[in-house]
Amino acid sequence: MNVLKKLVALSALTLLTVLAVPAEAAIKVFASVPEWAALAREIGGEHVDVYAATNGLQDPHRVEAKPSLIARARNADLVIATGGELEIGWLPLVLRESGNERVQPGQPGYFEAARYVSLREVPAVLDRAQGDVHAAGNPHIQTDPRNLLKIGEALTLRLAEIDPANAAAYQAAGKSFNERLRAAISRWEKLAAPLAGVPILVQHKAFPYLIAWLGMKEVGSLEPKPGVEPTSAQLAAIVARQASTPARMVIRPAYQYDAPSRWVSAQAKIPAIALPFTVGGTAEAKDLFSLYEDTIRRLLQGLKE
Amino acid sequence: MQSPFSSTSSLRVSRRASHRVDAPRGGLAGAYAAVFATPPRLIGRRFSSSSLALAVSGAFLFSPFAALPAHAAGDADLAAIRAQIAEMKSAYEQRISALESRLQEAERSASRAEQRAGDAESGAAQATAVAQQAAQRPESAAAFNPEISLILSGNYSNLSQNPANRRLQGFLPSNGEKMPETRSFNLGESELAVSANVDHLFRGNFRLSLAQDNSVSVEEASVQTLGMGGGANLKFGRFLSGVGYLNEQHAHEWDFSDAPLPYQAFFGNALGMDGVQARWLAPTPMFLEIGAEAARAQSFPTTDSTRSKNGMMSGALFAHIGDELGTDNNWRAGLSYFQSKPQDRRYDDPLVGNDALHNSFSGDSKTWIADVLWKWAPNGNASQQNLKVQGEYFRRSEDGTLAYDTGNVSNAAASGGYRNTQSGFYAQTVWQFMPRWRVGYRYDRLDSGSPVLGSSLAAANLPLLASFTPTRNTLMVDWSASEFSRIRLQVAEDKTRPDATDHQIWLQYVMSLGAHGAHKF
Repeated sequence: MNVLKKLVALSALTLLTVLAVPAEAAIKVFASVPEWAALAREIGGEHVDVYAATNGLQDPHRVEAKPSLIARARNADLVIATGGELEIGWLPLVLRESGNERVQPGQPGYFEAARYVSLREVPAVLDRAQGDVHAAGNPHIQTDPRNLLKIGEALTLRLAEIDPANAAAYQAAGKSFNERLRAAISRWEKLAAPLAGVPILVQHKAFPYLIAWLGMKEVGSLEPKPGVEPTSAQLAAIVARQASTPARMVIRPAYQYDAPSRWVSAQAKIPAIALPFTVGGTAEAKDLFSLYEDTIRRLLQGLKE
Repeated sequence: MQSPFSSTSSLRVSRRASHRVDAPRGGLAGAYAAVFATPPRLIGRRFSSSSLALAVSGAFLFSPFAALPAHAAGDADLAAIRAQIAEMKSAYEQRISALESRLQEAERSASRAEQRAGDAESGAAQATAVAQQAAQRPESAAAFNPEISLILSGNYSNLSQNPANRRLQGFLPSNGEKMPETRSFNLGESELAVSANVDHLFRGNFRLSLAQDNSVSVEEASVQTLGMGGGANLKFGRFLSGVGYLNEQHAHEWDFSDAPLPYQAFFGNALGMDGVQARWLAPTPMFLEIGAEAARAQSFPTTDSTRSKNGMMSGALFAHIGDELGTDNNWRAGLSYFQSKPQDRRYDDPLVGNDALHNSFSGDSKTWIADVLWKWAPNGNASQQNLKVQGEYFRRSEDGTLAYDTGNVSNAAASGGYRNTQSGFYAQTVWQFMPRWRVGYRYDRLDSGSPVLGSSLAAANLPLLASFTPTRNTLMVDWSASEFSRIRLQVAEDKTRPDATDHQIWLQYVMSLGAHGAHKF
């Protein structure tokens, strides 16, 4: 077949072109969401070349197995995923299609952050009638910075395992990150003290870790079930509940459709707060540190309104 | 699925598991210990293995007595046996207390770790939950069950023309033109899919399709490699060919209720393969994939399913490229080629109206497909609004021999050369204008070409081959309560034959139960 010959020639040519380019020294990291990309940059520094598969304004539940992601996973040395089924709709397919044996689940090149923390909201009953529940628990672990301490430690070890030549650099950067984050956490906790015990509404159950960390009280969720858009009757019922269990504000992740929050905010006369949720979710959340700073700043702002 | 437990609790799982393995391995003492060292909350789950252990230990305990003849059991012997039992008992007890203390130690260290890890308010509750999970997880054989999903679909169709008379004028019947099969209520295909990783090297996929008439067909039964490395992937078994864009998608993934006209005319809805597929992904920042398939093809235009031949039957080659443009745009384009040699491919001309009169084609069939896909979503966030535009162009050349009236029922049987190049395309766009709601429009057009017939064949005897350009306009709107359900209303103006325009209304549902893996882009 003539066509076959041509294609073989084309692929050989591509291969030669690629081989002719000198191999880059940096470890190629493919992060499923921006927070792990930021964490990899903190610990990997100049030794890693980080690609974030999604940006801060993308719904992490609704990512597609895009050709560009498959191409990036093809060349990755390390894939960092959240796990806990957050990426179940696209990452397994991307990894299979990538033909990259180093980053398949079970290999050192596949890192799942959720393995290193205890997950909240593990459902007692698994039924899709309960909405978009995750069997392993709520996977939005990045909203509590204390989780990053553990995940950062594990990622340091993993980077050192994959790239032993730079192990010392990873250890040093990991230690420095850990110390800076610890200091920041105690600062943030003092700053966020007025938030303790504050009753809030959430649009999506995206913040159980943040709420537990800051000691806030989630008194309701606008989504009747995770991932299910609320109807106006359901929103009206939530507003009616304000009389008995008043909430001070309604929060949502920046990527989410704001109409339900806005409506409840207008009816109940409480502020609607969009939180960055991840790095890049707001203009201010540029890295992991400014992510939490901006989150707390916005919550405190909500308290004043 | 990865374990969600923290590293400390994972460790705990493996330690617990090793206790369990220890028990039977330790023989009698171990089995006994296993029964009594079990904390109460574990007993329920471990009941079957525990009762087996009890039975085994019972048998062991009684075996010494059974082996001894009754009259020989003197006092000395009894004393010896008592001593033996006492010795065994103390051994068990030591073993029990050792296991208990190990268990307690494991639990203590786990809860310490948990407290360190978790926060004060729910740490204890979580520790219990995690401990319960840890206890359940490794023992559950069901944890290795494959992912099972079931697709339920059906429709109500209102058609101005009898679907039994539908044909794509100018095109040989491919079995794809009978869609929808009947008017009014129709049960669509119910699909049962099972897939799982076989081991670290292979993944198996199986998909059974149950049709309205209760016929069962294996739609997919394939094995694909996991991480051969170097960007290479191999798939073998029965699968949907990687040619074109829509071909690999199953009916429940389609954006419209039926396949585009080119797929109906050229592949009888989709090109299925029994064979082997090799794909290679180039190590470039841009997506570039090439693939080749060698197979016994299952669909029109081939007759491979009934051929007796060694070696190559049908083959396909394809290349796809794609990339992102900023955060909002993604695209993919491809070129595919499919070649086969149909032998004695029979067809009945619906316009002749004689069921006993059969025609047949043998020769070469070559199909080219060009496909393009573009998706747009603001900030790359498809959950609120997104737009999808796709189109595919097909071109097929067939060259060979056509036999008219193979059974000679008309006393005018003839055979001669047949050569034709036919083409067709569809272009469609689907817009999600708000969460849950999408609208779409599709335009299809086929060009039957003009067949070049051998001198012995009379065109008047082959009315189905008379040239025509079938076209169709389709509009749809669908609503999805979640990503697992979809209800669609579709209206179409179907001009696939010169004598009638079919006005079609479909109301369709597609529901997906159970594990549902990722869809392709």
